[in-house]
Amino acid sequence: MKLKMYDVAVIGAGVVGALTARELSRYSLSVCLIEKGNDVAGGATRANSGIVHAGFDAETGTLKARLNVKGARLMPALAAELGVHYRQNGSLVVGYNAADRTEIQTLYERGLANGVENLAILDIELLQKIEPALSKKAICALYAPTAGVICPFGLAIAATGNAMDNGADCLLNYEVTELLREADGFRISGSGAPISARFVVNAAGVFSDKIARLIGDDSFRLRPRRGEYMLLDKVCGNLLNHTVFFTPDEKGKGVLVSPTADGNLLLGPTSSFVTGKSDTATTAEGLEQILAEAYRQVPELPAGKVITSFAGLRAVGDTGDFIINSPVPGFVNAAGIESPGLTASPAIARYIVNLLAENGLALREKPDFNPIRPALGGFREKTAEEQNAVIRVNPRYGNVICRCEQVSEGEILEALTRNPIAHDTDGIKRRVRAGMGRCQGEFCLPSVAAVLAEELGIPFEAVTKSGAGSKVNLRRTKGNAD
Amino acid sequence: MKKQLVIIGGGPAGMAAAVAVRDHGIEDILILERAAHPGGILRQCIHSGFGLHKFKEELTGPEYAWKYEQMIAERGIELMTGTMVIGLTQEKVVTAVNPALGVFTVEAQAVILAMGCRERPRGALNIPGTRPAGILTAGTAQKFVNIDGYLPGKRVVILGSGDIGLIMARRMTLEGAKVEMVCELLPYSGGLARNIEQCLNDFGIPLLLSHTVTEIHGDRNLQTVTVSQVNTNRKPIPGTERLVECDTLLLSVGLIPENELTAMAGLTLESTTGGTAVDERRETAIPGIFACGNVLHVHDLVDFVSDEAELAGHGAAAYIQGKARKGRPLIVAAGTGVRYTVPRHVIERSKPVKIYFRVTDVFRDASVVVRDSRAVLFSQKKSRLAPGEMESVTLAPELLKRASGDILTVMLEVQNA
Repeated sequence: MKLKMYDVAVIGAGVVGALTARELSRYSLSVCLIEKGNDVAGGATRANSGIVHAGFDAETGTLKARLNVKGARLMPALAAELGVHYRQNGSLVVGYNAADRTEIQTLYERGLANGVENLAILDIELLQKIEPALSKKAICALYAPTAGVICPFGLAIAATGNAMDNGADCLLNYEVTELLREADGFRISGSGAPISARFVVNAAGVFSDKIARLIGDDSFRLRPRRGEYMLLDKVCGNLLNHTVFFTPDEKGKGVLVSPTADGNLLLGPTSSFVTGKSDTATTAEGLEQILAEAYRQVPELPAGKVITSFAGLRAVGDTGDFIINSPVPGFVNAAGIESPGLTASPAIARYIVNLLAENGLALREKPDFNPIRPALGGFREKTAEEQNAVIRVNPRYGNVICRCEQVSEGEILEALTRNPIAHDTDGIKRRVRAGMGRCQGEFCLPSVAAVLAEELGIPFEAVTKSGAGSKVNLRRTKGNAD
Repeated sequence: MKKQLVIIGGGPAGMAAAVAVRDHGIEDILILERAAHPGGILRQCIHSGFGLHKFKEELTGPEYAWKYEQMIAERGIELMTGTMVIGLTQEKVVTAVNPALGVFTVEAQAVILAMGCRERPRGALNIPGTRPAGILTAGTAQKFVNIDGYLPGKRVVILGSGDIGLIMARRMTLEGAKVEMVCELLPYSGGLARNIEQCLNDFGIPLLLSHTVTEIHGDRNLQTVTVSQVNTNRKPIPGTERLVECDTLLLSVGLIPENELTAMAGLTLESTTGGTAVDERRETAIPGIFACGNVLHVHDLVDFVSDEAELAGHGAAAYIQGKARKGRPLIVAAGTGVRYTVPRHVIERSKPVKIYFRVTDVFRDASVVVRDSRAVLFSQKKSRLAPGEMESVTLAPELLKRASGDILTVMLEVQNA
């Protein structure tokens, strides 16, 4: 049987894989993004801090440092092209004692060495002026105006969509279990139909050590490190202007408090190594720790405004740095992409493409590459006149389905018709925020499920939350049996 | 467009208010309802038990709603369904959106807030564990079963003994699901006594007081929950954990008045009720903006929602007709054992005023006492008071006029404390 042949297969549709596919779709290449989940952005990309770090954390000279600073510079234009919520709100590393002050000086100098622009150490007066909600016990802070916040899964979804709009394929529910080297590339098989690709990028997140071993690369190990978070109601979104970190110490960076790109307030993460690579359960201790630390930093944090808590896994490599290399010709690893991986992802994607070129991939720019992907949803951000113009053409935009986030039926249809289309209610939530608000979908879930069933032409009881095995409803009631 | 009165919400509160306003001679009324049909949450409450106070007959939720839908229709009151209100200003400019008109504004002379309430979701509880399918609020399950005709699961644990949870314990059982238990964090149920009897006891469903769900397990779909006993500080007691297999966890852990528009208009919300403060005619701190029903405070019985909506309707009609209000506000404060009072102040002292309140705990053989700064003005013995049952006292005009000072306190005096 003749297999479908791609120039490049990218394994893993997290933010790194998606941006790599999007970067490759600039060129005259056939590209395929392979994802084991029912949707893109389902791993670490789904559950992280959503911070664009300025770049003073990583040791100077490391890939982390270089790609962080470069990624942060690329992010504003990239977010604009892809229509992703991004806000350069700046960050503060807050000091509470003399040891913190020393560490902040070290971070400042490292930041300068890494090429971070406009860093400043703020004294107490200035600090309280620009961030009045901070604890009055704070004495100084490292201010990084180039830091920002972005919607991480929004970025991966948009990058995948833009890659697909430019010709890339995206195969979902495809877990790669075999990689065979062949004369002209690789034969890829697993839970989907086998394909072949001349080049393979391993961007499988916490599973990338497993993928590397499929071609005999046993040079690195990954350990999943869990970070738990709490998300607060949008009424708390204006409590802080900046992303606020503790000064790192031997115990780590601690819990951050930050407005999100979509206007919520995020607390977290915790940091603990776990054994299972899908162990994204939250813990009572973790949630307690988050609140305790967040209150220490921001004492005015209102109680009872948590709308959800969640956890994500970071792929922590054993080298201390990102593991981006080519262990065998034609195969590129992008592994161990822990923090600042999201920030670095646009630069990582370019770095990977360069590595592929060094491996012999010919890059011929496509004249018709379109870098623009208009924002999905975003109806509520329009003026009333603009909204009315849209509703006149398509009245379904006048039917508000998610009351908390004010998402219309028209926007839900966008999530079901634009690349990469959503297949489950979580997918709709991550694309257009229906169910992302303070009621967490309790009102709109039935309506969202109904629109999804109708648009995808599936029975209502086949609708899932996040793919096979996560049904929203089991069956018809007895009074409603066929 | 301009209207004398805009009512936000076409549930039981909004409809009863509209009828009352019209019966006071106000013609120019518009009800804005976000759902495709009026009736609000009553539409999915297909069990009976509604209307015993108001109509002296036992009705289902849809039947109760239908009575008001007919009254609305008979009076020719304008009802716009499928219309979401997205803005409200202090000047009573209402912004709404629907497919036919797009985004539009209505300048109202008076506004009645009747948006109802919503259920507290899992996220607000911080239950640790995974985030699988199979966890939903009791109300969402009720909609799936009663409106859409689908069963969300077969083995069910219910967290919280609020009325919707109790009703759904029975409903899921009748549809063939096995309800393993209802867990209640508190040492008493927040639901009505009659619901515990008719929905749990009659079906042999255990109610575990002082128990909660402390962990959720299952990657894609819910597999098991950990249930633990809690101590008097509501903290799980180590060693009492047990795993309960289930594919569905229903949450009935409290209702939150939906006051986003109220806050948008600049009104402050009370931490006790989640609603804004009103006087005896349910007028808020903004003259001409009234509130009634569950948006003001969560009621147990729709009959009392209708009563309250009528008060708001009378008030709004009087406001539109420019009837002057006289009198210094008499504040009605919540004292010992009382969590909140509605109304929070009384202006007109010439008519009897019914004060609704909830108690803070379960009390036996207590007296409900109303006093001013000097003396007890009213006292009534009660054999049992519970937070799950809304209480009321009616203050006669002579008592209101007799009150000295600016504050009346509603409190409990407990014998044998």
